[in-house]
Amino acid sequence: MSTRQFGARIERNIDPKLLRGEGVFVDDIPLPQPLHAAFVRSPFARARIRSINIAAAERHPGVAAVYTCDNIGDLDVEMPLLIPHSSMKHPHTQRPLARGDVYYVGQCVAMVVAVNRYVAEDAAALIEVDYDPLDVEIDIEKAVEGGAPLVHADAPNNIAAHFVQVSGNPDEAFAKAEHVVKIRVQVERSTAAPMECRAVAARWDEVSQELTVWDGTQAPISLRGGLASILKLDEDKVRVIAPDVGGGFGQKIMMFHPDELLVPMAAMELGRPVKYIEDRRENFIGASQERTQIHYIELAAKKSGEVIGLKDSFLHDTGAFIPYGIAVAQVASTSIAGPYRIPNIWVEFKAVYTPTVQVTPYRGCGRPQACFAIERAMDQLAEKLGIDRFEIRRRNLIGEKEFPYPREGLLFADGLKVTLDSGQYHKALEMILAELGAANFAAAQQQVRAEGKYLGLGLAFYVEGTGLGPYEGGHVRIHPITGKVYVNTGLSCQGQGHDTVFAQIVADQLGVKPQDVIVVEGDTKAFDWGVATFASRAAVVSGNAIHKTATIVREKTIEAAANMLEADAADIDLHDGAAWVKGSNRFVPLAAVATASNPLRYAFNKAAQAATQFAPASRHDGPPLEEGKAPGLEASDYYSPPCATWAYGVHGALVEVDPELCTVKVNKYVCIHDCGNMINPMIVEGQVHGGVAQGLGGALYERLEFEPSGNLANANFVDFLMPYATEIPDIKVMHLETPSPLNPLGVKGVGEAGCIAVGAVVASAVEDALKPLGAGRFHQVPLTPSMIQAALDRAGR
Amino acid sequence: MKPPLFRYQAPKTLKEAVIALASDPDAMVLAGGQSLLPALNFRLASPSLLVDIQHIDELKGISIAHGQIIVKAMTRHRELELDERVRQANPLIAETMAHVAHIPIRNRGTVVGSLCHADGAAEVPLVLILLGGSVVVEGPSGRREIEADKFFRFHLSTARRRDEIAVEARFPVLPAGSGWAFDELTRRHGDYAIAGVGAVVRLDAGGHANDIRLAACGVASRPIRLLEAEKLLSGTALGEAELKAAGKAAADLVSAPDDMHATNAYRRRVVAALVRRMVAKAAARARTRQ
Repeated sequence: MSTRQFGARIERNIDPKLLRGEGVFVDDIPLPQPLHAAFVRSPFARARIRSINIAAAERHPGVAAVYTCDNIGDLDVEMPLLIPHSSMKHPHTQRPLARGDVYYVGQCVAMVVAVNRYVAEDAAALIEVDYDPLDVEIDIEKAVEGGAPLVHADAPNNIAAHFVQVSGNPDEAFAKAEHVVKIRVQVERSTAAPMECRAVAARWDEVSQELTVWDGTQAPISLRGGLASILKLDEDKVRVIAPDVGGGFGQKIMMFHPDELLVPMAAMELGRPVKYIEDRRENFIGASQERTQIHYIELAAKKSGEVIGLKDSFLHDTGAFIPYGIAVAQVASTSIAGPYRIPNIWVEFKAVYTPTVQVTPYRGCGRPQACFAIERAMDQLAEKLGIDRFEIRRRNLIGEKEFPYPREGLLFADGLKVTLDSGQYHKALEMILAELGAANFAAAQQQVRAEGKYLGLGLAFYVEGTGLGPYEGGHVRIHPITGKVYVNTGLSCQGQGHDTVFAQIVADQLGVKPQDVIVVEGDTKAFDWGVATFASRAAVVSGNAIHKTATIVREKTIEAAANMLEADAADIDLHDGAAWVKGSNRFVPLAAVATASNPLRYAFNKAAQAATQFAPASRHDGPPLEEGKAPGLEASDYYSPPCATWAYGVHGALVEVDPELCTVKVNKYVCIHDCGNMINPMIVEGQVHGGVAQGLGGALYERLEFEPSGNLANANFVDFLMPYATEIPDIKVMHLETPSPLNPLGVKGVGEAGCIAVGAVVASAVEDALKPLGAGRFHQVPLTPSMIQAALDRAGR
Repeated sequence: MKPPLFRYQAPKTLKEAVIALASDPDAMVLAGGQSLLPALNFRLASPSLLVDIQHIDELKGISIAHGQIIVKAMTRHRELELDERVRQANPLIAETMAHVAHIPIRNRGTVVGSLCHADGAAEVPLVLILLGGSVVVEGPSGRREIEADKFFRFHLSTARRRDEIAVEARFPVLPAGSGWAFDELTRRHGDYAIAGVGAVVRLDAGGHANDIRLAACGVASRPIRLLEAEKLLSGTALGEAELKAAGKAAADLVSAPDDMHATNAYRRRVVAALVRRMVAKAAARARTRQ
């Protein structure tokens, strides 16, 4: 292959399989006579359990076991606090099965294991739980007031964590300010709603004493460590496999959801495979959620529009538990100044317990909220100063020559200082201005207004710290018989296209087709070391690890081929699946090089004949395998990023608002996007498209409706308005490629990018459209028709 | 999300089905299953017996006679939507059916099933109310025809008795020279309506409305005729002021309380706007059909 694969728009290796329905998900794993688990879940947001009666369920025909907190042995403990932080004075995590108290509607109280799911659910319905309901407060602003009912008795004012970070001298900046704007913004709670809900199956092998767990997880290696630790098994005796996984979006990075411990435990105890396939309702009421934050953000500015200080104080709803620590709030707080220089920052958050499902990262992880706060504030400042929305941004964006741009005092979610590494922010702004036709838009707006049409333009900038550590690894091996290349890493894939982009990286080093590079991940027996798929990090961390590994294999291959071709290593080139002497027609296929690099005793094919220790070419004085050498063309290596690398972009939209029906139609949506060097622009675009779709969900549709009692009123897709394809406009993606200086490939992450700015863009556009009607400001998403109606009503329209 | 145990019968004749349904006070009729099966899976319904009527040939098909479009019980939404004779006889029906959920659901769900389910926001009940159709039911004590405005009681409740099977619905053909229109507001394509309005308008030679019918869904516990609005528009040339007044009169009939999808105030605004737009659209069509 002389064409570079890195950067090519090639189709995904995995698509034929997935599109033909040949994917294998947890529920597709054939298991001999599996048992099925079902859960009894709390119907109360907060209650004391007086008693649980499982007698009838245990007697029910087909039931193998019924578990409560009383018969799960060592598992009856609070599950791990995954990311401790000093700001959490009263951290709480949940137990696999409730003991004494329940803390949210949907919390697992008992588990039934039976011959099939129908019987398990029938038996679960026979379990009588006597609850003593307690008072609750769902509203986070009220929950932090004195006298509000407490979720956890030891956490005063329901505060799970309180943290302040300061950069520069914000007090001085505000003292010098010529203008100050302060707004309150609110983002509502949503859920990842992956197409495949969570799923886990487990098999215990009595003979080998090995536990195999199939789990649709984003973190198989981390899960193995946790399972081994909690179930008291050698790590080597636990194998975790994440087969094909239908979307994760962060929900599947969280561990443990109770079933992830209880199902393996039951399989071990009952000596039969056990599986649990979460249904949609359970995913709504039992799996991690995110997004509710209320920010009070203030900008201190000069008359020129230069922002010299920022203060932000926000409440972050963490649900009833905080197993993932302050990650979401910390990401929000460190992203709060966006792409702007703003040298003086004071940012404070309180993570608030509410009697609802726990909050852990969901695609975006605090960034959409931070972006909504800063971008809405910038619009407000522009209006106050009478400066165009593009211009105020132009005056504050970090310049291309100012990178790396550190924010002293702010620590990102990896515990390292926030340092924006590179970008062309001004260029991105000019691109979107041109693409939206912003210069002529006011005239167009004016023109159609006479016909009763209300057009609006919105824009929002975002930055995204991506590619967090600690590290990932790669293993690359050229197969001796086929010459195909096998690649492993410690991640799992939920549809992102790892197998294709990693193949492209390797293909360039080894001169093979990407289709001949087989990537195997999501199996702890395939690769032993690593962390997980999260934080837009796969391409950055595993990508660079695999790249480094592939260069080692390339060197080995060239050295071996040079020997075989009796040429100088400098004269060897790898392409078309072979090693060539440059400028000649002399070559040896990679399969032959791989075979020859492995001294054999048996000649099983023609290439092998030349590789046996008896072959003439093998005869020399030393041992067949030289001291210090390893057989084969194979290597492992690792990459550990020095800190996060910062992707960014700017989104803009042209919308039409119908003031009679209060509907918003997105006529044009544009993303200018920069994730450094792109491995596969088509996959980048897919990520951005998907992210924008998810972002539009958060901007216009999706809101989990918790009743004051804590019951989730819309735990289904009829009432939880995840947008359909019919609600998503055409999305135009335009790329910039500013290489990251931080890693060999110059890449930045893209997984979460698309969703971050959408809420701010839509609110900005709707506000712009309805300005002539005096509808005022839109500082809350999702922005619903009823909210537009109320605004127009207030304006007397 | 699995249903509890139930028995299942699939009779081949209507007579057998009526007997089966009468045999068990906890029996329910299964047709297209688009509402009942989710209810079973959520364990919101737990019938001891399901009487599946989909193999009964005498409950299949669409016919048009004596000014009525007869839609038998097992007619799927999509069949009615795509039937060319129906489109000729009453174009309002196809136009409205396109708003019922999504094509895969319309492929399975039945027209009569939707009427019996009687969701207050559903489109098909609105059409029956708007056109003044009826539902024919058959039980152990025989057959009877129930007028549309008597059939729908409130949300998910009809005048059909538990031991009766709805065997057909009768939709009048569109009166000659009439214009029609239907539109609804949904948050997402294919969802139940926040509010929907249908209109049938006939004009006299002078352009005045001499026959006008209006109905709405999603605004009350059942689909309703907008009689006050009809009265305000009747005999007028349907000018801006009349349309506005009619819209306001229609809005005053919105009784649905605030819910998670819309406030009462928002529904009022939507109904008023849809009445104005649908009457204007139906009138424009009427002009071309005179």
